[in-house]
Amino acid sequence: MMRFLLLFSRQGKLRLQKWFTPIPEREKKKIIRDMTTMVLARQPRSCNFLHWKDLKIIYKRYASLYFCLAIENQENELLALEVIHRYVELLDKYFGNVCELDIIFNFEKAYFILDEFLLGGEIQETSKQVVNRCIESSDMLQEYYCEGETDFPGTWRKYHGGVYEQTCILTCGLKGIEITAGEEYRSRMYCI
Amino acid sequence: MPAPIRLRELIRTIRTARTQAEEREMIQKECAAIRSSFREEDNTYRCRNVAKLLYMHMLGYPAHFGQLECLKLIASQKFTDKRIGYLGAMLLLDERQDVHLLMTNCIKNDLNHSTQYVQGLALCTLGCMGSSEMCRDLAGEVEKLLKTSNSYLRKKAALCAVHVIRKVPELMEMFLPATKNLLSEKNHGVLHTSVVLLTEMCERSPDMLAHFRKLVPQLVRILKNLIMSGYSPEHDVSGISDPFLQVRILRLLRILGKSDDDSSEAMNDILAQVATNTETSKNVGNAILYETVLTIMDIKSESGLRVLAINILGRFLLNNDKNIRYVALTSLLKTVQTDHNAVQRHRSTIVDCLKDLDVSIKRRAMELSFALVNGNNIRGMMKELLYFLDSCDPEFKADCASGVFLAAEKYAPSKRWHIDTIMRVLTTAGSYVRDDSVPNLIQLITNSVEMHAYTVQRLYKALLDDISQQPLVQVASWCIGEYGDLLVSGQCEEEEPIQVTEDEVLDVLEGLLVSNLSTPVTRGYALTAIMKLSTRFSSVNRIKKVVSIYGSSIDVELQQRAVEYNALFKKYDHMRPALLERMPIMEKTATNGPTEIVQTNGETEPSVVESKHLPPVTHSCISQSFDYLLLLTLCLGIPPMTAYNKNGLKIDFTFERANPNPNIAVITIHASNSTEADMTDFVFQAAVPKTFQLQLLSPSSNVVPALNQGTVTQVIRVLNPQKQQLRMRIKLTYTLKGSAVQDLAEVNNFPPQSWQ
Repeated sequence: MMRFLLLFSRQGKLRLQKWFTPIPEREKKKIIRDMTTMVLARQPRSCNFLHWKDLKIIYKRYASLYFCLAIENQENELLALEVIHRYVELLDKYFGNVCELDIIFNFEKAYFILDEFLLGGEIQETSKQVVNRCIESSDMLQEYYCEGETDFPGTWRKYHGGVYEQTCILTCGLKGIEITAGEEYRSRMYCI
Repeated sequence: MPAPIRLRELIRTIRTARTQAEEREMIQKECAAIRSSFREEDNTYRCRNVAKLLYMHMLGYPAHFGQLECLKLIASQKFTDKRIGYLGAMLLLDERQDVHLLMTNCIKNDLNHSTQYVQGLALCTLGCMGSSEMCRDLAGEVEKLLKTSNSYLRKKAALCAVHVIRKVPELMEMFLPATKNLLSEKNHGVLHTSVVLLTEMCERSPDMLAHFRKLVPQLVRILKNLIMSGYSPEHDVSGISDPFLQVRILRLLRILGKSDDDSSEAMNDILAQVATNTETSKNVGNAILYETVLTIMDIKSESGLRVLAINILGRFLLNNDKNIRYVALTSLLKTVQTDHNAVQRHRSTIVDCLKDLDVSIKRRAMELSFALVNGNNIRGMMKELLYFLDSCDPEFKADCASGVFLAAEKYAPSKRWHIDTIMRVLTTAGSYVRDDSVPNLIQLITNSVEMHAYTVQRLYKALLDDISQQPLVQVASWCIGEYGDLLVSGQCEEEEPIQVTEDEVLDVLEGLLVSNLSTPVTRGYALTAIMKLSTRFSSVNRIKKVVSIYGSSIDVELQQRAVEYNALFKKYDHMRPALLERMPIMEKTATNGPTEIVQTNGETEPSVVESKHLPPVTHSCISQSFDYLLLLTLCLGIPPMTAYNKNGLKIDFTFERANPNPNIAVITIHASNSTEADMTDFVFQAAVPKTFQLQLLSPSSNVVPALNQGTVTQVIRVLNPQKQQLRMRIKLTYTLKGSAVQDLAEVNNFPPQSWQ
């Protein structure tokens, strides 16, 4: 089984943490520190596998994010690389050209997607389309059930040029607020 | 009270903070607002507040005050609330908190909800973080959902069942009926999770394994369909249909076929098919091939198939992709014991991997190379390995050196080759060899009687070149001390004897004594060597002078030795020749810690001589007179005692006398664990009153296995010159079932013979 999945930036900032076994908070922090140190110290063209205690650590870098997956010793490392890749594909399909900012500002969505893909340290669904469909349906359900203003737009449409619109059924109209310059990649408009 | 700020607004605000302090301030302010909002029991914004709390938790700030709020969200009727509530539960709660049990009822209700997505949330949470109590309570619900026709729920229920079985293995039987039709599913999600469930059951119970063996034909059929079927857009990954399912089935087949001839035979064809037909241009294909190879090697496959598997690994070794090479080396390491000859065929490729740039690959290649060394290839392999030793990173040198010594010891074609190899290691990686190599090497040299002259000559020449590598210098000093007479008499047969005078030899040894590069231990070796030469060389006066100079050395050890040797010259000159006689062949004592070489030369037991041969971590005996030289200390049979027995951890002490010093008690502790879980990170510490001196050697391990399956041993040496009653305070630290345990205890029940 998989033991944990961590996503962190090149500066070592944590973006997502999923633990599949119960671990005390202090130890989680220590593991995160260990992982970030170990992975960030690796040479650019080394192999993607590490040994840490009795686990195998599989890590892969996608743009500015490191995906770090810990698996037990009897698991298949090459397949673990595919698991990471599949998760990135799912995120990409959902957010459209996903980048680190998407995951920062919509971390709860990243978790929801992960929870449709993995469960209890094992893969629960091997089809990309099924996972996407489930997430979309859950999002619609959120819209359908929400009363009043909502923080969590079920769906949004992204226009070319980077303006997001909120299209929640029950809210009043469209709102758009621009993020100030200084963001790393491109300026996007997030509805809140 | 104004509406709490939105989640994404908070995220944006926090990201504008320029310093850690600024961020902390913002977070504290927001936490305070959230806390008061929680106190007001505000239903509308609870979801928003918990989400913000989760974000702050990810940044590393404490969020425990949100735990109960998560429970309230879970109990809410709104789907949004439930979604965030369950997420919060998975992030903030775990089975350590008592609070988590309150979730059980909510989860139970949600498992029976009319909306499948709510049921899915509950199953997901239970499957990720359900504690044993929760699993016990809700196993029935999970079992019910395992039989539903809704594939979305069925696949989640299957993995939830896996989690339940992991937490509460006794409940495994309960899920057996529901597994009946799992493999006849068409839905890949259900199929995959079913295979996981079956794998878990088979791994845990031999009965289940026997029961499920009949599924082999069905599994083979499913795998065949996956390979033979055409393109399926739903599950395709780079031209391969559902690789995740394929790998999982291969793994289950491995477990089912492991010790069973019939099952193994039933899978031979499909394994050969997968092995030959899988596309290897992408990582996916190689992942499947890797799993196939592991399966072939584990079951009772026919030899043709095994050769095919090893050849696949051989091809992997030549792959450009580092990951594939790494995986190949790891697998070959596993199979080298059973299929040694087949792996030998790839020896040259493996040895080439020693030159790879990647650190992980180099390490694997080194381990595999050592495993492949045998009597036939020792010369060739050793050349490559010594070359590797020259050029590798420091982190490898210690392991490589040890490996070389071991291999040389097992397969050396001749004594001279053996000694040459050792010399090569000492000169190239001398500072990295382990501490216990020095006494081992000394023992080896002593035992190769005919090579003494050659060895001492080569070591002397090495010393002339370089005196910085301490292990080399120590071995060389020892040899020169022992065989210096052979050196000056030019008796070497193996190679051209060199012309060396006694003074030149003494110059070199004295040079070691004064050099800044020599450690105190090395100086000890050098001084003792000089002393030994007093019976082998004629320039005794020079030696006397050197010895007397060091009688006032600042280094206590050196001073002590010099004083003792001085005394040998003055008061006990008649004993000197006998004392400093050539060493006999030593018995090799196999111990975990530094080797203690027991000397049995003549009637006297000179501690002076023994102190030369103990490895660097040595005793601290202080002798005031030589009276005890004439005493043969009998090793009394001292009864063992139990020093500590609490909470399942028992520590026994066994005793022996350090021969010949009666003031030193050597105690071996034996730690055993009668609980059902291993004790990890076990550390034993001891303290004694001021009149004693204590030395702790390294323990055999720091894991005490459960149920008395093994013991951890550690040696303690206690010096008790005033013959006072031995008392000790011990401190034990270990981790049991995830929690750290620490205990202090006094040990006062030492048997009188141990300190008298």
